[in-house]
Amino acid sequence: MITNAPGWSEVRRTFFDWGQFKASMPEIARAFLLNVKIFLIAEVFILVFALLIAVMRSLPGPAFFPLRAIAIVYADFFRGVPTILVIAVLGFGAPGLQLQSVPLSTTFWGIVSLVLVYTAYVSEVYRAGIESVHPSQEAAARSLGLNRWQSLRFVVLPQAVRRVVPPLLNDFIGLQKDTALVGVLGSVEAFKQSQIDTAATFNYTPYLAAAVLFVALTIPLARFTDWLIARDRRRRQTARVA
Amino acid sequence: MARLGPFAILVALLAFLAAGCGGSSGSSASGTTTAAASCDKGDLNLVKSGTLTVGTDNPAYPPWFGGDPKSPWKVSYPPSGEGFEGAVATAVAKKLGFAKNEMTWIVVPFNTSFAPGPKKFDFNINEISYTPARAKVVDFSSSYYDVNQSVVGLKSQPIAKATSTADLKPYKLGAQLGTTSYDYIVKTIKPSQKPAVFDTNDAAVQALKNKQIDGLVVDLPTAFYVTAAQVPNSAIIGQFPTSGTPEHFGMVLQKGNSLTKCVDDALAQLRSSGQLAQIQQKWLAKAAGAPVLK
Repeated sequence: MITNAPGWSEVRRTFFDWGQFKASMPEIARAFLLNVKIFLIAEVFILVFALLIAVMRSLPGPAFFPLRAIAIVYADFFRGVPTILVIAVLGFGAPGLQLQSVPLSTTFWGIVSLVLVYTAYVSEVYRAGIESVHPSQEAAARSLGLNRWQSLRFVVLPQAVRRVVPPLLNDFIGLQKDTALVGVLGSVEAFKQSQIDTAATFNYTPYLAAAVLFVALTIPLARFTDWLIARDRRRRQTARVA
Repeated sequence: MARLGPFAILVALLAFLAAGCGGSSGSSASGTTTAAASCDKGDLNLVKSGTLTVGTDNPAYPPWFGGDPKSPWKVSYPPSGEGFEGAVATAVAKKLGFAKNEMTWIVVPFNTSFAPGPKKFDFNINEISYTPARAKVVDFSSSYYDVNQSVVGLKSQPIAKATSTADLKPYKLGAQLGTTSYDYIVKTIKPSQKPAVFDTNDAAVQALKNKQIDGLVVDLPTAFYVTAAQVPNSAIIGQFPTSGTPEHFGMVLQKGNSLTKCVDDALAQLRSSGQLAQIQQKWLAKAAGAPVLK
C-alpha cells in the first residue's frame, strides 16, 4: 500500500537513500559518541541528586520545612521550564559572564542543564517510591532501635528504589533522546551532524540514520525495563502465595 | 520479531507522513510551470496578486538592511528599502512595476528559505550564496553581489595573529548551519578541531563573544557588522582569497518559477545602468578594505 502511494519514489529518494545512509552514517555515529558521553555522565549525577531532593522532600515535621520548601520549589520550577530553554540560558548565558572560574565548554553546560531538569523529574519518581513504602515499615524499624536516618537508609530506601526501577529507566530513555538538545549550543552531536549532512544535500536520509542510532540504544533498554517489571511482578506474586 | 515491531511502525509512520508531503509539493510544482512567461506586471506569477512578497530572516542586520526597527522586525526594518539588500530588492521591485508600498516583507528563517517545497515568498533575499546543491531544489536569480568569506576573532586571543589560512588550523572555528561559511571551514581550512555549528548566526556570534569559539567564519560584509556592532574588541582577521569561480549571492525563488527570468531581467538592467554598482558603493564600500589571508 505504501510503496504504491503517489510520490513513493520521491519519498524513497529523500528519506531512504541507501547510498546517502551509508555515506553519512560513519560521521553521525562518531558524533553520537558525544550523546552517549553526555547521558552517561548526566545519569550518574541525576540518580544521586534526585535521591537527595526526594529525601529532603519526605522529611517530616516543621523543623525540616525549609528543606522541604526548597525541594518543592526546585522540582516545580525545573519540571515546568522547557529543557531547551535551560540549555540555552546556561550554555550561552553562563559563559557570557566572562568569569574566570566559569567553564566555557558547551558540553559541560549541556550536561549541567540536563542534570538540573532530569533531577527534578527523577526526584518525583523516587518520592513516589518512598511514599509507597507502608508507614508500618518505618514504625517497625524505629521500634527495633534504628534511628530515623538508619531506618530510612536500611529499611525504607531499599524497598522504595526497587519499586521505581522501571520508571527510572523510563526517564533514562528520555534523557538519552534529550541529549540532542545540547546541539543548539554548537556542539556537533548526532542530530546536529545529520542536520549538517541534510543541509548540504537536501536529502533527509541522514536524519533517519541518527534516528536509527537513538532507537538502537533505547529499544534494548525498553525491553530490559519490560523484563524487570515482569520479574518484579512474578516475585511479588510468589511472595504472596508463600 | 518483537524487537523489530516498534521499528517497523516508526518506518511506516515516516513513510506515510512523507508520502503526504511529497504528493502535495509535486502538484503545486506542476502548477507553476504553466504560468505565463511575460514580465508585464499583470502577468507575473505571484504568491499574492497585487503585491510583491519578499522574504528575509529576522533580525535583519546592517549593512544588508537599514532603517529603524518596527515590530516584528528587529535591529533594522527591511520595508524601509535601506541597506544593500533592502535597496536591491526595492530596485528590482520597481523594475517589475511595484512601488515600495506595494511590497510585502515576510520573515523566512535562513535554513528554510532554500529548502525544497512550495514557497510563501515571491523572492527571498538573505545573503544566500549560490551552490549547485541548492540550485537543484530552488531557483536562483543571477548574482547581485560577489562575496568573499572572512574570519572574525577577538583581538585579545592568539588567533588574531594569524596571517594565512594555514595559521587558522589549530583553532576552534564556528559557523552557521547549512552555510557556505561552514563548507569553507571543512573543505578549505580543514581545522584540527571539529568546528562548532550553530542554528543561527546570532548563536555563533554569542559563542565568539563567550570565547567558546576562537574564530567565526562569515561573509565579509557581515563580518564588518559583527566587529562594529555585535562583539566588542573583535576584529576581522582577514578575508579568504577568491579561488576559482567567486561565490555569489542570488535571490531565491520557487523551483521552476516563471518570475525568475523577470527578476534576472530586472537585475541585468540595474547592472548595465550602473545602479547596482551605486547601491553597492553606498552600502558596502567598507567591505573592500579587509586584509587578505594567504
